[in-house]
Amino acid sequence: MVHVSATPVLALRGVSKRFGAVQALTDVELEVHAGEVVALVGDNGAGKSTLVKTIAGVHPIDEGVIEWEGKPVSINRPHDAQGLGVATVYQDLALCDNLDVVGNLYLGRELLHRGVIDEVTMEKNARELLSTLSIRIPSVRIPIASLSGGQRQVVAIARALIGDPKVVILDEPTAALGVEQTAQVLDLVERLRERNLGVILISHNMADVKAVADTVAVLRLGKNNGSFPVKDTSHEEIIAAITGATDNAVTRRAGRRTAEAAK
Amino acid sequence: MSDTSKTVKSDSSEPGKVEKTGGVIEDQTTVAPADDPTAAPVSVVDPRLLVREEGFKGYLTEFKRKVKGGELGQIPVVLGLIVIWTIFQAKNDLFLSADNLSNISYFMSATGMLAIGLVFVLLLGEIDLSVGSVSGLASTLFAVFVVDHTMNPWLSLVLTILTGVGIGALHGWFFAKIGVPAFVVTLAGFLGWNGLMLWLLGSSGTINIPSDSGPVHLLGQNSFFMDQAIIGAYLLAGLAVVLTAIGNFGEQRRRRAAGVPFRPTTEILLRVGALAVASFLAASVLNNASGVSNALVIFLAALVVVDFVLRRTTYGRKVFAVGGGIEAARRAGINVPMVRITVFAISGGFAAVGGMFFAGQTASATLNAGGGNTLMLAIAAAVIGGTSLFGGRGTVWSALLGMLVIQSIQTGLDLLNMNTSIQYMITGGVLLGAVVIDSISRKSQKAAGRG
Repeated sequence: MVHVSATPVLALRGVSKRFGAVQALTDVELEVHAGEVVALVGDNGAGKSTLVKTIAGVHPIDEGVIEWEGKPVSINRPHDAQGLGVATVYQDLALCDNLDVVGNLYLGRELLHRGVIDEVTMEKNARELLSTLSIRIPSVRIPIASLSGGQRQVVAIARALIGDPKVVILDEPTAALGVEQTAQVLDLVERLRERNLGVILISHNMADVKAVADTVAVLRLGKNNGSFPVKDTSHEEIIAAITGATDNAVTRRAGRRTAEAAK
Repeated sequence: MSDTSKTVKSDSSEPGKVEKTGGVIEDQTTVAPADDPTAAPVSVVDPRLLVREEGFKGYLTEFKRKVKGGELGQIPVVLGLIVIWTIFQAKNDLFLSADNLSNISYFMSATGMLAIGLVFVLLLGEIDLSVGSVSGLASTLFAVFVVDHTMNPWLSLVLTILTGVGIGALHGWFFAKIGVPAFVVTLAGFLGWNGLMLWLLGSSGTINIPSDSGPVHLLGQNSFFMDQAIIGAYLLAGLAVVLTAIGNFGEQRRRRAAGVPFRPTTEILLRVGALAVASFLAASVLNNASGVSNALVIFLAALVVVDFVLRRTTYGRKVFAVGGGIEAARRAGINVPMVRITVFAISGGFAAVGGMFFAGQTASATLNAGGGNTLMLAIAAAVIGGTSLFGGRGTVWSALLGMLVIQSIQTGLDLLNMNTSIQYMITGGVLLGAVVIDSISRKSQKAAGRG
């Protein structure tokens, strides 16, 4: 576990979100510290994506507070989230196939030199960024169309870093990747942590979660169902929290006992 | 776009770029990098990448690989041009005469202007079927302004072009904001604007425009750069060569200073040399006829400006981005509807400019201006030149190269006194051929992992 600062860079306090008759999120709590990888896990429909979208500004929250570096903020548009320093890498990577790697990294925020796109500086910075992240791609001037799935994923993550974010949200970054590509992406997640970024990692893959995450936050049916430090928690405990297997007569009895003991 | 990709070299041998993976990370990871067990130096460049060899052999192998991968670039155009010129020269030995080549260079400018606008629309992966009608309407509007309302010709020119821009923006608005397919909107425009033109021309059918001065004179058949001075053509050729050389060497110097791959000097000299041979040859041929027409000069200037806008400005980058992936462009904060509307506005504007060129050719506004196969020729030119119908790929120079092919066919058929029926059939065949080449090269690009 890496050092964790006292004030979380991003904190959700009692966040709720409704879509019509569906209560998608109920009183959800989440904390992300700088230099911490928080894995967000849960079954399909548990509210992972909705939670991430509230942070990214796609869906404004109905109730609760989002705190940024200890201060409450309102995130109503994707633009607000970007302004704070939240970068999101969605599952569909949304890269332009016809543009080269440099063009994609800087899309929408090209560097200018006397009003003209400064290809040279962009290329230089892109090479530096990719080499500090140890990302291997054939060339920074190759169109995205000719890259493999894993390479596209790392380019998409690198793209999120161009704007110097403080929190990076990765939505299923290893889904549909091969063994080597998954390893590359997980390496990259660790390098994000070394750069003192807060990382929220959504994953269905427990091996990935155990490999890189510091904390596992479990969502079940739109509610918190436990938050565990990864190194003291077994695979089975996490799975149990995801599936709700913890919620049975035995655990309830145990819970009552500890409550009574506390009195 | 991909100019520099040709020269990217592996720099795994450069000590500055090499970086060790930290041992600390290795200890924490449970998944070791599969192909990297010894924590060998990692470079940005993938070792599996085929690296171009140095020298001439390198060019040749790279060229073969690209062709196999479906990156045909300008090869179909050059081949097509050679075939067309050979056939027509064999049929009629006046075809490659200076006068005829000069004719080609003059008459291609008008449709070429339409093709420039179409390149923008094609880069979005859309189509604008209205450019022919809009160009016809523009020539009529100009004639009405100048002849019926005795307006200043230059003011009329500005108003005409603004009308074209407005018409294009209207098409773009229907497409971007209402969501009507561009094909349908511009098909409606194709009919509607042609109707408006016929209504404006009324019963007279033709309006003659005074051509002794003003824009119509400038774009006319007897208007030449620097009044036919021999030096004029060479001056233009020299300017092109010098500017290209300065641009290339300046870029090389900046890239070298920044430590990124740059073009070797021999390659730059080769490119500039090829351009010099082509441009001075063209200049001397045109001088053998009557000089460089002003219409051609304006067409070339427009190409240079538009090329700069597309490759070097954020607006151009947005156009390519929207053509390559709408969702990606939107997430990058690009205002997609605005890009679409402006692209159609640009197309409409260039259509109006092309209409002025047509007016200059005949010094009149006629019922069949911008009609017939004008639209087909403009689309064919852009596609033959290498701009993909599927969006996101292409350069504005395809308007020039494609127009050379198209205008050569037109002029050649005229020279052989073929009638319109044959001309239409051949033009249709050429357009189909161009689109087939585009589709096939796109397929093989996919197979080669470049689609």
